[in-house]
Amino acid sequence: MTPETLEALASARAARRPVALLTRLPDGAQVLYPDQPVPPALAEAAEAALRDDRAGPVTLGEESWFIHPQAPPPRLIVVGAVHVAQALVPMAVAVGLAVTVVDPRRAFATEERFAEGATLVDEWPDDALTALRPDSRTAIVTLTHDPKLDDPALDVALRSEAFYIGALGSRRTHAKRVERLTEAGHGAEAIARIRAPVGLDIGAVTAPEIALSVIAQVVAARRGKPA
Amino acid sequence: MSGTEDILETARAWRAEGESVALATVVETWGSSPRPAGSRLAVTGTGRLAGSVSGGCIEGAVADIAQQVMKDGRPQLLDFGISDERAWEVGLACGGKLKVFVEPLA
Repeated sequence: MTPETLEALASARAARRPVALLTRLPDGAQVLYPDQPVPPALAEAAEAALRDDRAGPVTLGEESWFIHPQAPPPRLIVVGAVHVAQALVPMAVAVGLAVTVVDPRRAFATEERFAEGATLVDEWPDDALTALRPDSRTAIVTLTHDPKLDDPALDVALRSEAFYIGALGSRRTHAKRVERLTEAGHGAEAIARIRAPVGLDIGAVTAPEIALSVIAQVVAARRGKPA
Repeated sequence: MSGTEDILETARAWRAEGESVALATVVETWGSSPRPAGSRLAVTGTGRLAGSVSGGCIEGAVADIAQQVMKDGRPQLLDFGISDERAWEVGLACGGKLKVFVEPLA
C-alpha cells in the first residue's frame, strides 16, 4: 500500500465517506473506489461489497482481486456527560464505536472528565443531534434524566434511522416520557423504538455496570440479535 | 464494528514515527476460520504488532514473513491450513483455512 492510498483512506474515514480498497492479487496493485476509475465489473463488485459491508475475493477473467469495503465506523451519541457516560465512553471505543458526548452544561462535558476517545459537544441536544445527522449506523443514548435535555434529543432520534435508541430512567420516568413524546406528536410504534429502562437486565447497580449493560444492548442491536 | 481498533490509523502513526510497516490482510477463508476476510495485522520493523488475522495461531508466522516483505518490498500471498494436529506446526487448531496477503506500506 502506498502512503498516498493510506492518506486517502484516512481522509475518507474522517469524512465518514464509504470507499472500497481494491487489491489485485498477488502483485498488490491497488485502486480506491469510487475515487479512481475502475472497469464496470469491478465497480459492481465494489458496490455490492459496500452495500453488504462484506470483504471478499472476486475473479475477473484472468485477474483475481480482493474487495475490501471501508465503511465509516458506527457511532454512539451519548446525551449527558454524566458519571455513567464516563464509564460508557471507553467501553464504546473498545467495541469500535466512534463516540460523541453531548451536554450543554459546561461543567460536565470537560476534557478532564473524558480523557480520550470521545468528541465533546456543548450545544443543546436537539441542535447537536440535528447537526450530527444520525443515520442507520448511529446509536443514541440519553443519560441526563432531565426532560429538558433528554426529550429534545429523543425527538430528533425518533425522526432518524438510528439503529439503537436508549433512554436512562425507571419505568415510571419512562411512562411520563412516553406521555410527553406522544403529546409532541410521536406515534406509539416510533416511541416503542426507545429501549427503556436502558440496557440489558443484568441487575446493574454501579455506573460501570450500567454502562456494560448499555454497551451489550447496543452490540446486540448492531448484530441483529434481539435483546 | 468491523474491528476493535483501527489498524490503518495505528500503521499510519507508526510510519509517522519513522518505523517501517507491513500490513497483513485476510483475503479469503474456508471453514471455521476465527477472523473474517478484511481482518488486518500491522507489523513494524522493530516487531510491534497491532490487530490480528487469526485467533493467535498464525500471527507469529505472518510477522516473520512481514519482516521479509519490508526488506525486499515485494508483497506475498500466503496460504494457511491445518496439515496435522501437532502443535509445533503452524496451522489452525480449529481446522480452518485462510489466505493472507502481506504488503509493505511504502
